[in-house]
Amino acid sequence: MAKLRQIAFYGKGGIGKSTTSQNTLAALAEDGHKILIVGCDPKADSTRLILHAKAQDTILSLAAAAGSVEDLEIEEVMKVGYRDIKCVESGGPEPGVGCAGRGVITSINFLEENGAYEDIDYVSYDVLGDVVCGGFAMPIRENKAQEIYIVMSGEMMAMYAANNISKGILKYAMSGGVRLGGLVCNERQTDKELELAEALAQKLGTQLIYFVPRDNIVQHAELRRMTVIEYAPESAQANHYRALAKKVHGNAGNGIIPTPITMDELEDMLMAHGIMKPVDEALIGQTAADLALA
Amino acid sequence: MPQNADHVLDHLELFRGPEYQQMLAEKKRLFENPKDPAEVERIREWAKTPEYREKNFAREALTVNPAKACQPLGAVFAAVGFEGTIPFVHGSQGCVAYYRSHFSRHFKEPSSCVSSSMTEDAAVFGGLNNMIDGLANTYAMYKPKMIAVSTTCMAEVIGDDLNAFIKTSKEKGSVPADFDVPFAHTPAFVGSHITGYDNVMKGILEHFWDGKAGTAPKLERQPNEKINFIGGFDGYTVGNIREIKRLFQVMGVEATILCDNSDVWDTPTDGEFRMYDGGTTLEDTANAVHAKATISMQEYCTEKTLALAANHGHQVAAFNHPVGVTSTDRFLMEVSRITGKAIPEELARERGRLVDAIADSSAHIHGKKFAIYGDPDLCLGLAAFLLELGAEPTHVLATNGSKAWAEKVQALFNSSPFGANCHVYPGKDLWHMRSLLFTEPVDFLIGNTYGKYLERDTGTPLIRIGFPVFDRHHHHRYPVWGYQGGLNVLVTILDKIFDEIDKNTNVPSKTDYSFDIIR
Repeated sequence: MAKLRQIAFYGKGGIGKSTTSQNTLAALAEDGHKILIVGCDPKADSTRLILHAKAQDTILSLAAAAGSVEDLEIEEVMKVGYRDIKCVESGGPEPGVGCAGRGVITSINFLEENGAYEDIDYVSYDVLGDVVCGGFAMPIRENKAQEIYIVMSGEMMAMYAANNISKGILKYAMSGGVRLGGLVCNERQTDKELELAEALAQKLGTQLIYFVPRDNIVQHAELRRMTVIEYAPESAQANHYRALAKKVHGNAGNGIIPTPITMDELEDMLMAHGIMKPVDEALIGQTAADLALA
Repeated sequence: MPQNADHVLDHLELFRGPEYQQMLAEKKRLFENPKDPAEVERIREWAKTPEYREKNFAREALTVNPAKACQPLGAVFAAVGFEGTIPFVHGSQGCVAYYRSHFSRHFKEPSSCVSSSMTEDAAVFGGLNNMIDGLANTYAMYKPKMIAVSTTCMAEVIGDDLNAFIKTSKEKGSVPADFDVPFAHTPAFVGSHITGYDNVMKGILEHFWDGKAGTAPKLERQPNEKINFIGGFDGYTVGNIREIKRLFQVMGVEATILCDNSDVWDTPTDGEFRMYDGGTTLEDTANAVHAKATISMQEYCTEKTLALAANHGHQVAAFNHPVGVTSTDRFLMEVSRITGKAIPEELARERGRLVDAIADSSAHIHGKKFAIYGDPDLCLGLAAFLLELGAEPTHVLATNGSKAWAEKVQALFNSSPFGANCHVYPGKDLWHMRSLLFTEPVDFLIGNTYGKYLERDTGTPLIRIGFPVFDRHHHHRYPVWGYQGGLNVLVTILDKIFDEIDKNTNVPSKTDYSFDIIR
C-alpha cells in the first residue's frame, strides 16, 4: 500500500473550493485511488456532490444527539459515495454560539482515534474561508496534510485570502512538514486573470498548478448534486479536472514553504498589472464636501 | 516490609527507612537526569546574586509563582456570602473542584459550589444545554434561595452569553421565572480573584437593584439612614465580619453587611450539616439600594461595585484593608461622620489597649525590616501598620497590584520616615521576591502559605498573614480589623520575632547567654 497522502483545500469563501476539490477527488477515484474527504466547515457542504445528498449528518450533530463524541461509532458518521469515496463532515455549532474551531479539532481527533484513515490512499480536508483560529489550522498541523492547495481567482479579495492562508502555512511549515502545493485558479473571467494568478504564485514562491476555465456545465452538474466527472464524464470540463487531479497526484513532495507578501506588495502587484490605480494620498480621509471645496 | 498494620508508620518516618531511601536515590539516578552536585550548587549560588536579580527582573514572557488566583475563585467567595446561595460556575468540573478545595483547605469547612460540567461537546456547541440542565438540577437537588452564576475560561473563550442563557433556561422551566439567578462574566484569564469578587458583587447588586435582568421594575431608591458594608475578598472573613458587626453594634450603627460569609465558613459541629448558613438576606440585599452610604474595606476588590453604589446615589468610602491604630481610627471616624453616631468610650478604651500593647513591645519590632506580598489592599493595610510600629516594609509586592496601587503604596512610604528605604513592586511574582530576599535581605517575610518555600530557600522567617493559609489552622477565626484585630496581627508578628530570638540563642554554653525567660 502506498503511503497515505493527506492534502487540504483552502481558499476564500464562495470561491468554489468544494466544487473544485470534489471534482478533483472524483477524478482521482477514477484512477483507482481510495479517498476520504473530511469536510471542515460548519455548513457541511463539502461532500454533497459525491454523496448526491443535501448535507450529510455531521460528526458533531450526531455527537450532540448521542450525548458525547465518545458515544459515536465511525460507521455512523462515514458515508460512501461516488466510486467508493468515503465522506465525513465535521459540522459545527449554530452561527453565533459555541466554537466551530474546537469542533474541527474534536472531529479530526475522533476520526484518527477511530481508524478512519486506515486503508485509504488520500485524505482531503476541505476547510472554510480563512484560517480564523487555531481550530481551522488543525489540518495543517504536524502529521496532517502534507500539501495545501489554495483555490483562488483573479479577484482581489481571493488573492488577499490566498496570501493570508500562505501566512498560516508558513507558521506551521517552520515547525512541521506542511507545504504549499500550489494555487488552483478557478476562473472568474476577471481582467488578466491568468497573468495575475501566475504572478501571485511566483510571489508566494509556488506554482499555479492549474487554471480551471469557467464552464456552465459545472453548474448543471451541481444542480443535480453531482460532480462533472460523474455527470458528464466525456466533457471538456471533466478532462480539465482529470488534468488537475494528475497534477496534484504528481505533485507529491514538491510542496514549498510559501513566502507570503505584505499588503503593500500585493497592492503594488495589482497596480503593476493595471488592476488597481495608484492612490493619491492627499485624497485619503477627505469627504465629498471637502473635495468639492478644494 | 517496613510498614505493617500493627505498627503503622507515618510518612515522615516511613520514607526515611533504607528501602525507600534506596528507591528514591535510584529514581533520581535513573529517571531525573541528575547533574553534578557541584554544578547544581554553583547555579544555586549564582541565582542569589545581584546579576541574577537583574536578569530576573528583566523577565517579560514568564511568570513564576504568581501571588494571585483567578476570577472565578473570587466569584465563589462573593456568592456564598448571600443567604441560601449556591455558586454556579458555568464551565468544566475541574475548575470548580479547585475553588471548593481551595476554600476548604483554608477555612477547614466544606465549600458548596456546582458547575455546569461543560465537556468537549459544550465547547463546540456552546453551553446552553449545560446551563438549562445544570440550573434545573441545582434547583431541584440543593434547594437554594438563589443561584449566582459565574464563568470559567472555557465558557468565556467560546463567548457564552449568560444573560441570554439564563433567560432561555427560565423559559424552559429550569427554575421559576421569578427565581433569583444573578450572574457575572468572570474570565479566569483576566485580572485576579479580586476582580472576580468585584464582578459578582456588582452582578448581584445590579440584579436586585436594577430590575433583575429586565424581569422586574427597577427599585426606586428611598434613602434611609442605613449604611452598606463590603469586606472584599478576605482570608480572615470569618473573624473580620464578626468583629465589624460588633463594632457597628457598639456604635449603634445600622448596617447591612453585603456578602457575609462568616457563618457558612464557620458552621458549628452539632450533628446537622448546613449547606447554607447565615449570609446577607436577599431582602436586605435588595433594600441596600436605599442606604445612605456604601463602605468598602478593600478598594481594589470593589472598584466596579462602589461605582455602581455611587451611581445609585450612595456616598461611598473605600479603605485599604485597615490594620492598626491609624487605619482603624480613619475607618471608625468615617463611619461616625457618615452616620452621625459618636465613637463610644468602649472603643476608645480598646484603642488605648492596642496603643499600650504596641508600646510594650516596641523595642522588639522597631527598626525591623519586612517583606510583604499579597493582595493589593492587604499589602497597603499591613505596610501602614508596620510603619506605625516603626518597622520598615522594605519590599511590598502584589502580583495583582496596578500602577495606581503602586503610587498609593509609594505615597504611604513617603508619609513616614520609616518608609524612606522601602520599595513597591506591582505585577511581580514570588520568583522576583526570591531575588529581593537574597539581594536585599529583610528580617521577616509576611505572606500566605506559599511563602514557606521562600522561607526554606532564603532563610527569611515567614509570618503567615494572607490567603490562603493551608498549613496553620484557625487563624481565619480571629479578626485582623478593628483595634482587636490590630492586636492579633501584632501578636502574630511578635510571636515569630520571639521564636526567632529563641532559635538563635539556644545552643548550650555557646549562645544561650541570651536564652532568656523574659523577653
